[in-house]
Amino acid sequence: MIPLLYVSYALICFGLAFQFLGSIALHRFPDVYTRMHGTTMCTTFGSIFIILGIAFYGLLQSDTALFLHPLVALVFLLLTNPTGTHAIARAARFSGIKPKHAITDSLAGGKK
Amino acid sequence: MLFVLLALFSFIVYLVLTAGSGSIGYWSASELLVGVFFAVVAGFVSRAFFSKQKIELSTAFLNPVRWIYFFVYLVYFFFAMAKANFDVAFRVITGKIRPGIVRIKPGLKTTLGTVMLANSITLTPGTLSVEIEGKDLHVHCLNLKSKKPELKEVCGNFSQWIRRITE
Repeated sequence: MIPLLYVSYALICFGLAFQFLGSIALHRFPDVYTRMHGTTMCTTFGSIFIILGIAFYGLLQSDTALFLHPLVALVFLLLTNPTGTHAIARAARFSGIKPKHAITDSLAGGKK
Repeated sequence: MLFVLLALFSFIVYLVLTAGSGSIGYWSASELLVGVFFAVVAGFVSRAFFSKQKIELSTAFLNPVRWIYFFVYLVYFFFAMAKANFDVAFRVITGKIRPGIVRIKPGLKTTLGTVMLANSITLTPGTLSVEIEGKDLHVHCLNLKSKKPELKEVCGNFSQWIRRITE
């Protein structure tokens, strides 16, 4: 029982490590587009592993609600995160923010 | 038809959220009653929104082979995402990036396929879909090898898998 509890802690710590790296990315990367990659990393690996850790903890405590609710949250998170990221990136590009240090930009000069 | 689908979907979500509340299956009688009531209300309200969008209801999603492909794709996608995550984590620490926006032509025929591909690309760290133009995508990449990369360098085998699922 107790060693299995450590599996859940390990999953949460792994997720937290990726959340930490994602927040470092927000400081290190030069512009809005590259920073979005950092936040994507937060949501995908960070949140997935934290949520799996919590769901596994709920399974060990045989708490149905604590097992199912995080999984529902995960499904909706994975459905809505790309939509939001895409909306922010698209709005930024069409309000004229150019990607910094870009080696190529297929959207320069409007749509072709 | 649309109303029944929407009400059924909201009822299933309600059932998942209230599981473990009683003794009929996993649910109590009051939760089931309230669930049916709110499913009907939610279906009625959201039908007004969905009927304005031009959604074509297709029977293609009833094909079980597509569902098997879809679940295999989820596993493949998870491993591709894991690889990309470690790659981006490495780039955060070292700061070695070559960003740029490139245009890719996945050549998918259906709208659903294009949406799935754009979502998969955005959900993978290191690639981010900025704009959809017709059936082509403009993708912002964190680390480009060349100015005109191949489709495979940007999104792996995603487009082939999605073609199997949706076409």
